[in-house]
Amino acid sequence: MATPFATAIQIAQSIRDGSTTASAVLEQHLARISEREGEIHAFNLVTTEQARATAQHIDKQAKAGNALGALAGVPVALKDNMCTRGIATTCSSKILEGWKPPYDATVVTRLQQAGAVMVGKTNLDEFAMGSSTENSAFGPTRNPLDTSRVPGGSSGGSAAAVAAGFAAASLGSDTGGSIRQPASLCGLVGVKPTYGLVSRQGIVAFASSLDQVGPFTHTVADAALLMEVIGGHDPLDSTSLPQPLPSLTAVLDQGVKGMRIGRLVGMPEGCEPEVLARLEAAFAALQQAGATIVDITLPSLEFGITAYYLIAPAEASSNLARYDGVRYGLRVDSPDLNSMYGATRAAGFGAEVKRRIMLGTYALSAGYFDAYYGKALKVRRLISDDFATAYSSCDVILTPTSPTVAFPIGEKADDPLTMYLCDVFTIPTNLAGHCAMSVPFGTGAHNMPVGVQVLAPALGEQAMFRVAAQLERAS
Amino acid sequence: MSNASSAPQHSTALPNGWEMVVGLEVHVELDTKTKLFSASPNHFGDEPNTNIDPVTLGLPGALPVLNKQAVELAIRLGLALNCTVQPSTFHRKNYFYQDMPKAYQISQYDQPINIDGFMMLPGDVRIGIERAHLEEDTGKSTHIGGSSGRIHGSDYSLVDFNRAGVPLVEIVSRPDIRNSDQARQYVAELRAILLAVGASDAKMEEGSMRCDVNVSVRKPGAEFGTRCEIKNVNSIRAVGKAIDYEARRQIDVLESGGTIRQETRHWDDAEGRTHTLRSKEDADDYRYFLEPDLVLLDPGTEWIEQIRASLPMLPAARRAQLATLTGANKESESVYVVVERGQDEYIAAVAQAGGDAGRALVYVQQAFAEEGATPAVSAAHLAALTQMERDSKVTATQAKTILAEMVANGGGDPAAIAAAKGFEALDTSAVEAMVDAAIAQQADAWAKYCAGEEKAMGALVGAIMKASQGKADGKVVTAILQSRRG
Repeated sequence: MATPFATAIQIAQSIRDGSTTASAVLEQHLARISEREGEIHAFNLVTTEQARATAQHIDKQAKAGNALGALAGVPVALKDNMCTRGIATTCSSKILEGWKPPYDATVVTRLQQAGAVMVGKTNLDEFAMGSSTENSAFGPTRNPLDTSRVPGGSSGGSAAAVAAGFAAASLGSDTGGSIRQPASLCGLVGVKPTYGLVSRQGIVAFASSLDQVGPFTHTVADAALLMEVIGGHDPLDSTSLPQPLPSLTAVLDQGVKGMRIGRLVGMPEGCEPEVLARLEAAFAALQQAGATIVDITLPSLEFGITAYYLIAPAEASSNLARYDGVRYGLRVDSPDLNSMYGATRAAGFGAEVKRRIMLGTYALSAGYFDAYYGKALKVRRLISDDFATAYSSCDVILTPTSPTVAFPIGEKADDPLTMYLCDVFTIPTNLAGHCAMSVPFGTGAHNMPVGVQVLAPALGEQAMFRVAAQLERAS
Repeated sequence: MSNASSAPQHSTALPNGWEMVVGLEVHVELDTKTKLFSASPNHFGDEPNTNIDPVTLGLPGALPVLNKQAVELAIRLGLALNCTVQPSTFHRKNYFYQDMPKAYQISQYDQPINIDGFMMLPGDVRIGIERAHLEEDTGKSTHIGGSSGRIHGSDYSLVDFNRAGVPLVEIVSRPDIRNSDQARQYVAELRAILLAVGASDAKMEEGSMRCDVNVSVRKPGAEFGTRCEIKNVNSIRAVGKAIDYEARRQIDVLESGGTIRQETRHWDDAEGRTHTLRSKEDADDYRYFLEPDLVLLDPGTEWIEQIRASLPMLPAARRAQLATLTGANKESESVYVVVERGQDEYIAAVAQAGGDAGRALVYVQQAFAEEGATPAVSAAHLAALTQMERDSKVTATQAKTILAEMVANGGGDPAAIAAAKGFEALDTSAVEAMVDAAIAQQADAWAKYCAGEEKAMGALVGAIMKASQGKADGKVVTAILQSRRG
């Protein structure tokens, strides 16, 4: 398919066959960054010098005729909640001011081993809490397709970096839709892998039982390749699955003949009609390619948001307690320990993070645990049960990724509840630990891109990628 | 530890029929190579903040990976405490403190690895073990400035994270303990078991074994009273003292019409008293929830049975075996002491070599305090010495002298030592002559002895032993004196 910029596979191939160099590719991307980054603000940090050194190293390897990694010379961007040794990792928060991790996240190591060239660390909603990348201590990121609009979030910087041609691919993290929703809003492919398929080691935790790393790419094939590079067991993450990663690049051409595609009966309210129209077009395309459409229900779908906004903040309240000013990051000096904690955290965290810490602390408190956190866990089980029932009659489910196309900056910033509703289709996947991905499928209102979400059960990546590839061919 | 023996040291009874109810929570550092969730060394006494890593410091993105050796040691301990080993989970216990790097402690909560065990104390007293669960230790704070050494009033605090993440097992007893003797016996026996199974070095002075004590009082048969938890009880002696103090304090409060508040109290060893640390209302809400960075810990029956099969004989069984071998009471001090020193197998070897196990127990307890499990004196030589004494070739006094020389020289043939010292058994006729001489010389004492004054025999025996230069057998002398008196 036609993409606005060269894909990761194209770049890697042209470097491998000697028609270009990693350095030349990098300079193209750096030039685009110089041109548009001031306007878009995809990055918290552009690592120009390190990137040039890596590209030169790749070129030497190529010249020497050494075997090159799958992503050799491909410029990639990393969400700034992934630890990079010696390079500031901020989570777009003041609380981590001055902190440089002494180690690389496992996914970063795997990208490096595959020869990827890291161009920078991308902006996000502070600690990945948000759906628009407006909750960043360093200012919002703008959607490269319409800079008056948000790129989505929380991985908005990673989405914008790929959409603007600053990097051929990027990594984000998805706790309740933070890869799929910005992919949808920026016209990209975005994957939330099965929980445990990609290591969380070195990913600054938001909600540990939900967080998962995945790629943003222009194409489904690029996404499959990135998944094969970053996925697979990691002994440093106890929740990492022991199974080997199934091949994804190998299944892309298999088509969808005979596959059963679930269509949700009882669609939640609030979807833009253009979004629903694109979804219908997607069903039609798959049916035409030989798939069967099956009606399914997910009765507990709409409780997902409520459960998520108890479980995720509860885990976050614990995960973020370590930012206490004692060992690293910001410290606001005060006469005693408790007031130092208070002053540091008051100054270091933004409003949305504080809101979720309070919500989560409350949900876990003695006397409230059963009514809030405990009940949310029950809903989580119900959602898994609903999915199990649905997947007894279908292989994948298709929904919109986001109820709307990219919305104007500032439109929902002061209304957290409306913002939370952006995640209605994406959250259940995280609660169930399943996989899902967003595939661009035409445009909706304001000529902005619409993404279709392909959901599959745990370790259902092969079926998911087959359907995604078919949608890509049809779009 | 000199006071580790469980020989009874009776605590005085409580006044007016009160009974104390005590439960113990003992934290033990496991003797692993590395920490519970990271590869940093688990080693006491190193330079501060050298045994650290991203997991220990709670750096962003660092994840815990459970240490298999810690799990194995916890299971060894659980099995030794007669616990059921079950699939278990980890929770987060959330609270802020500067030596708690993540602001939560990873600990087992409602599904601990070991449950429902027990320990037997002297007198067939059974103390239930509610649970023995895994958790991580905190770092250590030193508060500089101020008078108390506590954080309040200090100028600044230094934090050492070497201890943070060290694996602990917390052993929680049921409230089955009824006096401070039992509490001390419980801690001493737990320590012996820990050492036996190799789970911990259990050094209270280095903090690798730490006790919290829960105390309440009641009239027998009544409901349990309100309990207080006492912290900072750092020796077995202090366990006994703190419990006795606290029970009397509570009785005083109750008898003067007051009520006990549930609170945490601090044992001040120098002052010999407890005082309030914090009341229940001030207690933290720990907001426990399942640790999402770890998965279910299911050791599986096969591994548990392998571990069970690898357990050594436990102290109680060794004491019983030694008691049977030597004819001593299994609750006697000599049996406790010798098993604690690991010298029971040595005594078995003495018996195997034809020695008298009962005499060997006495010799070993008295003379081998500085020797380890394999004393320098060979089992054969000690066996020979017991035979010489049994056959009246040497007297008990002479045997003691020979033994002292064997220990001092790191061994030696007792027969050769006896010969060198001129120790030889006097025949009965020679002793009889000495007895008659003594009766003649000590006519007064003899008269008193014949009049039934048993104490007068001492002067006679003394004179005979002196005349024989210690070579006469005391038992033979006594027998002859008795027969002369008729």
